[in-house]
Amino acid sequence: MVKRKKKTDTAIFLNGRIVGTHPDGKSLANRLRERRRMNELSNQVNIHYNEKLNELHILTDKGRVRRPYVVVENGKSRLTPEILARLKNNELTWHHLVKMGIIEYLDAQEEEDTLIAISENELTPEHTHLEVHSANIFGIVAGVLPYPEHNSSPRITMACAMAKQSLGVYSTNFNNRYDTRGYVMYYPQEPLVQTKIYKALNLREKAAGQNCIVALTSYHGYNMADAIVVNRSAVDRGLHRVAMFKTYETEERMYPGGQKDKIELPTPEVVGFRGEEAYRYLDEDGIIISESEVGGKDVLVGKTSPPRFLEEISVFGAVEEKKRESSLSLKSGEKGKVDSVLVTEGPSGNRLVKIRIRSVKTPEVGDKLASRHGQKGVIGLCAKQEDMPFTSSGIVPDLVVNPHAIPSRMTAGHLLETLGGKAGCIGGMLMDATAFSGNTEDEFKAILTKNGFNEHGEEILYDGLTGRKITVKIFMGAVYYQRLHHLVSNKMHVRSRGPVQLLTHQPTEGRAREGGLRFGEMERDCLIGYGGSMLIKERLLEESDKTVQLVCTDCGSLATHDHARNRDMCPICQSETVEPVEMSYAFKLLLDEIKSLCIFPRIMLKKKG
Amino acid sequence: MKSKKQSVGITPYEAVGVVCAQSIGEPGTQMTMRTFHYAGVAEHVPTGLPRLIEIVDAKKEPKKPVIDIHLKKSYAKSRTESERVAKEVASLFVEDVADVADDLEKLTISVTYNERDGKAQSITFATLKKALQQFSEDLKINGNEITIKLTSKKTKTGEKKVTAKSVRKLSQKVREALVRGVPGVYKAVVLRGNDEYFIRAGGSNIVGACENPAVDPSRVYTNNIKEIERVYGIEAARNAIVKEIKDVMDMQRLYVDIRHIMLIADAMTYCGSIKSIGRHGLSGEKIGVLGRAAFEETIKHLINASAFAEEESLVGVTENIIVGQTVPVGTGKIKLVMKRKR
Repeated sequence: MVKRKKKTDTAIFLNGRIVGTHPDGKSLANRLRERRRMNELSNQVNIHYNEKLNELHILTDKGRVRRPYVVVENGKSRLTPEILARLKNNELTWHHLVKMGIIEYLDAQEEEDTLIAISENELTPEHTHLEVHSANIFGIVAGVLPYPEHNSSPRITMACAMAKQSLGVYSTNFNNRYDTRGYVMYYPQEPLVQTKIYKALNLREKAAGQNCIVALTSYHGYNMADAIVVNRSAVDRGLHRVAMFKTYETEERMYPGGQKDKIELPTPEVVGFRGEEAYRYLDEDGIIISESEVGGKDVLVGKTSPPRFLEEISVFGAVEEKKRESSLSLKSGEKGKVDSVLVTEGPSGNRLVKIRIRSVKTPEVGDKLASRHGQKGVIGLCAKQEDMPFTSSGIVPDLVVNPHAIPSRMTAGHLLETLGGKAGCIGGMLMDATAFSGNTEDEFKAILTKNGFNEHGEEILYDGLTGRKITVKIFMGAVYYQRLHHLVSNKMHVRSRGPVQLLTHQPTEGRAREGGLRFGEMERDCLIGYGGSMLIKERLLEESDKTVQLVCTDCGSLATHDHARNRDMCPICQSETVEPVEMSYAFKLLLDEIKSLCIFPRIMLKKKG
Repeated sequence: MKSKKQSVGITPYEAVGVVCAQSIGEPGTQMTMRTFHYAGVAEHVPTGLPRLIEIVDAKKEPKKPVIDIHLKKSYAKSRTESERVAKEVASLFVEDVADVADDLEKLTISVTYNERDGKAQSITFATLKKALQQFSEDLKINGNEITIKLTSKKTKTGEKKVTAKSVRKLSQKVREALVRGVPGVYKAVVLRGNDEYFIRAGGSNIVGACENPAVDPSRVYTNNIKEIERVYGIEAARNAIVKEIKDVMDMQRLYVDIRHIMLIADAMTYCGSIKSIGRHGLSGEKIGVLGRAAFEETIKHLINASAFAEEESLVGVTENIIVGQTVPVGTGKIKLVMKRKR
C-alpha cells in the first residue's frame, strides 16, 4: 500500500490506480506537461492535478475524448506568425505542430486545469490554451451548420439531428456495395453558403442536399404549419431525386442428414408452387435477370428445400423427393428494378445470392425536407411551375416556405443564409458562414445592390394563377435544403382486410405484416364516453376476432360439432341441446386458459328478449 | 311540454363516469411540476398532481395537514388580538420553556424553568407547574427547578417498578407535554385575507381549535378530509373533496366543470364513508368478476371467484366487451318500442 509520508504529499494516480506520492504535485504536473510538449512523453498522455483532493492523475487509457488546443505561454500563443508562415509554405503540417508542442490534445480531465481563450485577442497571462478556431467550440456536426451564432440553441440541436438523416452520397463506392438499404441522391450540390469546417472535412465530396430558390410566402394554404410547396417542374428536372438501393439475399442452407437447399427454377411438382407467372423473370439458373422490373410479390431467386419430415414413402417402396418451395421474393408493396446480382459464398461455405433492387424516389407530397437551421417541413403540394409566383426576369422558386416558420423559432440564420445564398449566386462565389467569422449581412447587401437587386433580398413577384403583381415584396433567395430519410412511400400503409394472428384470430400488427391499426384502451374509452355501443361492438368484435362457438345449454361448456355423425354434441355431458353463440375469440381463449387452471367456467344462456 | 329539468338533465345511459374521468384526466396531463412557494406552514403543502392523487386515494392524513382558523368578528379585525389567539392555539411544549433532564440514578426527572424562553412565550412558572401535574401529584420545587419523583405503582397483576427505562420513557413524555395550545396544531401564522385576519397553522384539530372562545366555530377549515368527515360528517367531506380538487385545478389555471368534480366526490362518499378510487376502493367493489380481473390483480379475482362459484351477470362495460356483446351504455341499453296503430 502506498502511504503519504507527509499529509501535504500529493497522491499520484496512473489510470485511476494509486502508484506513489510526491511532495509537490502541482509542479510535478507542470514538469510532466513540459516533457510532453518536448516530445519526451507521448502526446496521448494527459495530466490532471486536483487541488482540492491534492491528487495527481496521469491518464493513458483508451477511450478518452480529446480535442486540440494551441498552447499559450505567458499570454502569448505558441503558434507565432513565423510558424504560420512556414505552415502556409507547406513546410509544416499539423503533425509537426503536435510534435513541436504547439498544439496539444486535452481530455476532459486535463481541461479542468486550464483557462482557454476563444480568440487570440482576449489572451491574458492567466490563459493556458487557445482554441484553434473560435468556431471549434461547436464541434464537428454543429460546425457544419451555417451561422449557428444567429440561431436559437434548440434549433441548432435539431439541425444537427436532421443533418444525420439527410440523403446524399453516403459512400463514394456505393456502386460496389451491397448494403441492406442505401440512398443516393441524383444531383447533390455543395452548399453555396458553407463553413470552414465543412471545407476542412471535404464534405463537398459527399454532399447531401441541393441549393433551392426559396420564396418566403404563403401559397393557397398548402404550406400551413410547416408544410412546403415545391415546384413540380423542378422535381421533374431532378430536384431532390434519390435512388434507393435495397439488397435481398438468400442462401443454400445445409440440413442435418446431408440435405441441401437448391437455387433453381421451381417446377410445378414442388409443394407450394406459385404458378408460372411468379417466376417469369427468372433465368435458367433460377436467379433473376438484371434490369428486370419487379413489383408486388415477384420472385427474385427461385429456391427449393428438402421436405421437413422424412416420410412419404410411395406405394412402390421408393423414397420420393417432395421438395418445398422456399423462393426469395420482393416484399409486398415494393417495386423497382434489379440493379445487380451477386453470387458468392456465405460464411458457412454455402452458395449465397444477393440481389440489389434500385428504385427511384421522386419527391412527393408527404416527403420531408429540411434546411440546416432546424427548419423541417413536409411537402404539402407539388405545384405546377405555371401556377407559382415568378419575378419579372422569369425566376420561379423551387420551394415556397411559410414565413410563420421564422419568428417564434428565432432562426435568423435561415434568413441570413437565404440572403447569402442569393448574393453568392449573383456574385458567383461561395459564401463563408463559419460561426463568429463568416461573411456579414452588409457584404451581401453590397453585392446585391451592386448588381441591381433589392438590398434586403426582396423581389417583386407575380401571381402565377392570375398574372397579377403581388402587392408586397417577397423575400427570396437560395437556401441549402436537405431531403430527409423519412419518405412516405416507405411508410404509407392502409388495410381494409388482411392477415390475422394464428393464436388470437386478431389482425396482425405492423406495416411489414400488412397489419391493422390498434384500437386501444383509450380509444375504446372515447367510444364508451360517446355512448356508441354498437360501434364498439363492431370495432372490437366484428372487425377483429369474432367467432361462433357452440355452447351446451345443459352444462354450460363449449360444445363441438361431430362431423362423423353430423350433429352438435357436448363432450362433457353428451347432451345434444346446443346453441351457437357469437363471442370474441379472445374470450374463448380465456375460457380455455381458465379450464387449464382446473376451473370450470359455465356459460348460462338466456333467451334474447 | 318539456320542463327545464328535463332539458338540462343528463340523458339516460350517458356514460358520465368516463366523461368525468376524461375531463379531469386530460387537463391532468398538462399539470406542471412547478411548485408555488409560500411563506410559513403552507410552504410544503403538496399541490398539483401529488395532491390530486392524495385526495383521490383517500389518504388517512394529508402529507402536510393545514388548518385555517377564522375568528369571531370582534377579534378578526385586530392584528394584535389575532396574534394573541394564534399564540393560544399553537401548541407549546415543556421543552420549549424549560430544560428537562433525567437522573437515572435517583430515578427522578428535573424540569428547569427557562426564564428567558418563558417570558418570550408569556408562560409563567405556575403554568409550567400546572402542565406537569399530570405526571405526578407531588412535585418538589426548588427555585426554578421542579423535580418529578417516580413512585412504584401497585396494579392488579403486581407491582409496576420504576426502572431507568421507564424514567427515560417518561422524560420524553414530559418534554412533549403540552403547556399551552391545541394538541396537533403547530406553527400558527396570522394572515390577512378578505378584509380580516385569520390564523393558518400546521396540523389539524378542528374540535380543539373551536374550544377557544375567540374562534368562530362555523369558519374553521382544514385540508384533512378524513377529519372533516369525522367532525362534520360525510356531506361536509364531500364538499371538502370538491373544494380541494377545485383548488388544485384552479392553482394550475386549468378549468374543469365543477359537475365532473362533484361526480367524483359523490362516487367517493355515497356509501357513507370515504372510499378511494382504485383497487382498494371503488374499482375493487365492482360487481363483475371479469371487470375486476381486467383492472388489477387478475389472478386473485379469478381464483376467488372460482373458489366461491361466483356468477358473472355481465352488467358492466368491460365485462361485455370481453365477452363480445354490446355494452350497456348509450345506444346499447336504450330499446325502441313502437306502438302499432290499430
